[in-house]
Amino acid sequence: MNMLKIENLHARVEGREILKGLSLSVNAGEVHAIMGPNGAGKSTLGNVLSGRDGYEVTAGSVTYNGIDLLALEPEARAAAGVFLAFQYPVEIPGVNNTYFLRAAFNAQRKARGEKELDSMQFLKLVREKLKVMQISDELLHRAVNEGFSGGEKKRNEIFQMAVLEPQLAILDETDSGLDIDALKHVADGVNALRSPDRAFLMITHYQRLLDYVVPDFVHVLADGRIVESGDKSLALKLEEHGYAGLGEGAPA
Amino acid sequence: MNNESSTTATLRGNAGVAEVLGRSYAAGFVTDIEMTGLPPGLSEETVRQISAIKQEPAWMTEWRLGAYRHWLTMPKPDWAKLNIEPIDYQAISYYAAPKAGPKSLAEVDPALLETYEKLGIPLHERAALAGVAVDAVFDSVSVGTTFRKQLAEAGVLFCSMSEAIREYPELVRKYLGSVVPTGDNFFAALNSAVFSDGSFVFIPKGVRCPMELSTYFRINAQNTGQFERTLIVAEEGSHVSYLEGCTAPKRDENQLHAAVVELVALEKAQIKYSTVQNWYPGDENGVGGIYNFVTKRGDCRGDDSKISWTQVETGSAITWKYPSVVLRGDRSVGEFYSVALTHHFQQADTGTKMIHLGKHTKSKIVAKGISAGRSSNSYRGLVKMEKGADGARNYTQCDSLLIGKKCGAHTFPYMEVKNPTAIVEHEATTSKISDDQMFYCRSRGISEEDAVSMIVDGFCKQVFRELPMEFAVEAKKLLEVSLEGAVG
Repeated sequence: MNMLKIENLHARVEGREILKGLSLSVNAGEVHAIMGPNGAGKSTLGNVLSGRDGYEVTAGSVTYNGIDLLALEPEARAAAGVFLAFQYPVEIPGVNNTYFLRAAFNAQRKARGEKELDSMQFLKLVREKLKVMQISDELLHRAVNEGFSGGEKKRNEIFQMAVLEPQLAILDETDSGLDIDALKHVADGVNALRSPDRAFLMITHYQRLLDYVVPDFVHVLADGRIVESGDKSLALKLEEHGYAGLGEGAPA
Repeated sequence: MNNESSTTATLRGNAGVAEVLGRSYAAGFVTDIEMTGLPPGLSEETVRQISAIKQEPAWMTEWRLGAYRHWLTMPKPDWAKLNIEPIDYQAISYYAAPKAGPKSLAEVDPALLETYEKLGIPLHERAALAGVAVDAVFDSVSVGTTFRKQLAEAGVLFCSMSEAIREYPELVRKYLGSVVPTGDNFFAALNSAVFSDGSFVFIPKGVRCPMELSTYFRINAQNTGQFERTLIVAEEGSHVSYLEGCTAPKRDENQLHAAVVELVALEKAQIKYSTVQNWYPGDENGVGGIYNFVTKRGDCRGDDSKISWTQVETGSAITWKYPSVVLRGDRSVGEFYSVALTHHFQQADTGTKMIHLGKHTKSKIVAKGISAGRSSNSYRGLVKMEKGADGARNYTQCDSLLIGKKCGAHTFPYMEVKNPTAIVEHEATTSKISDDQMFYCRSRGISEEDAVSMIVDGFCKQVFRELPMEFAVEAKKLLEVSLEGAVG
C-alpha cells in the first residue's frame, strides 16, 4: 500500500482551478521532489494536503495510509502524521516557542491516545533534538517565529518537524530565501530525519536544494498536473533547459 | 446584629475561581440561605439605617449623609460609548446580610461555606498552602477573615471596613475619602452614602507585609446592589500586595456594583493591587449581567512611592472603570497593566488616569483589549502632566485584538501636558487573530479553541507577567473559559 496516493486531484482557489487532475504515489522511505514554474500549483498541493481553508477540492481523492485524508480537519491530519513546513512560517507574538511546540506535541499524542509528556520530559526531548539539528538553545526561549530571520524561521520549521516526527513531511519551498549556509543547515536537518518509515514531499522551484537533499524521484508540476517524472537527473536537466518545453501544456 | 468576623483559618492558596468555572458560567449558582436586609429604596432614612445596623459612630453617619445629600444634586453620568438602560435607584436594596451573624468560622452557615467552596476558596480548609489571607465579603458582611493573627504580629491591620470603623476610627477618619472624596463622581457619592462593607488594610512604617492579601467579593442576593469600600494605607517604606477576585451568580436582572477603592502610599511605600474580575457578563443574547461602575484610585502621597494596578477583566455586562494614580510625591511611580476581554454583548469602557504632580514622576500604562462576539471594548486613558511635574514621563501602550467581525475596539487617549519638560509617549496597535495564525497552529495539531487561547495568552503576556503566580494561572484559565465559542 502506498503511504500517500493522490488520484486525479482537482482543486480550486477563489473559484479558479489550480490543480487539474494531479496524480502521485509516495511510499514510506521515499523522498519526492515536486518542481515546477511559479503558478503551477506547487503550494496549492501542499495546502490541500494539509487542509488549509479556502482550497476547494472538486474532484479526485487523496488516500493516506488507507484513509481519506481530505475528510480530516487540519489538526487531525497533523495527529495522523502529516506535517507541512511552511513557505512563510507564521509569527505568534508572546507565545513561547517551546510552549507552542509542547502544546502541538501533546495535542497530537492525545489525539492518538498516547500519553502526554510533562514539561520536564518534553524539555529533555527537545534538547536531544536541538543537538541533532545543531540549533541554539536560545531559539527555544523566543516567541514563535517573532523577530526570526528568514533562515531562522525555516530552521525552526525543520526543528518542529524533528520534534513532531511526522510520517509524511511536506516541505513547501523550504529553500526559498536562504543563503547557502542556511540552506546547508536546513538540508542537514532534513537528511538527519530521513528514515525508512518517513516520506518527504519537497516542493521547490530551484534544484539547488536537491544537491543537498538527494531525492529518489523528481516530478515536474505544470499547469496543475504532473507532466514528467524521473530521478535526480531530471532536476539537472530542468536546470539546464528551464521549465519551458517540458511536458504538455507547460507555460512558456 | 453582630458583624464581628474574628476568625483565623488557613487557606488553600488562591486556587481558583477560573478552575471551578465549568463550560458555561459555573459560578452562576445561588446560595439558598435566609437573608435579612433593607427593603428596596433609598432615602436619608436608608442611610441612617445602614449606619445603625453597622453600629457606626455619629461622625460616620454624618459622613454618609453628607455624601448622600451631595449625590442627590449630581447629574447622572453619560458616556458616549456605553449603552446603559436607566437604573432605578429606588428599586435596589441597599443592605443585605446573611441572617445569622457569624462570630467565628465554626458558626458560619454551611451553605455559605459551600458557596466559597464552589468559588475555590475553602475558608475552613486548614491545609497550609497558605501565603494568602482572605477577607471574604459575602454580600454586605465579611464572614471570615483569615490570618489576622499572623498579620497582627507584623503590625499589619487587615479587617472588614465595618470593623475598622469601630476599632480604628482615627485611621479611618484620617484616610477614608482622602483619595476619592465623597463628591468625586456620581457612583463614588452613592457608594460613600450606602457602602456596607469592604476591606481595610494598614501597613505600618517599614513593614513588608508577610503575605499576599486577598479578598473575594461575591454578590449573592437578588436585586442587591453591592457597594464595597476598600482602603489600603501603606506607611513610609512599607510594601503590600493585594489581590481581589470577583464572581457573581447568574441572574436575569442587571445588578449594580459600585465600589470605591482608595490606596494611599506614603514615602517609599509600594502598593501592588491585582484584580481578576469575572462578574456575570450576561448571556449570549445580552440578557442580564452586572453593571460594574467602580472608582479605584491610588495616591502616591510620599516621595519615591509606587502604586501598581494590574487587572484582568472578563466579566460584567457593562464596565466603567479607570484605576488611577495621583503621582504627588517626587519620583513616585504609577503603573497600570490591564487585560479587558469582552464577548457577546458586553460593553467595557476602561482605562486609567495618571495625574503627574511631582517632579520626575513616572507612569507606565499597558492596556490590552480583546473583543469577541458583538462586544464593544474601549480604552479611555488620561495622562496629565501638571505644572510642577518637571521631567515627568509617561509611556502608554494600547493594544487591541479582535476576534470575529462584529466586535469593536476603540481607543481614546487624552493627554494634558502643562510642563514643557514632561514626556508623554503613546503607542497603539489593533490586530486580528489571522487565518494564517490559526492554520499554522492547527497544522501542528492544535485545535481551534486551544489556538485562540494560546494566541490570546501570548497577546496578554506583558500583563500576566505582572500578576502573582497563582493569579496568572487563574487569569489565563479565565480567558480560556470566557472565549469559549468565540471562533467557528
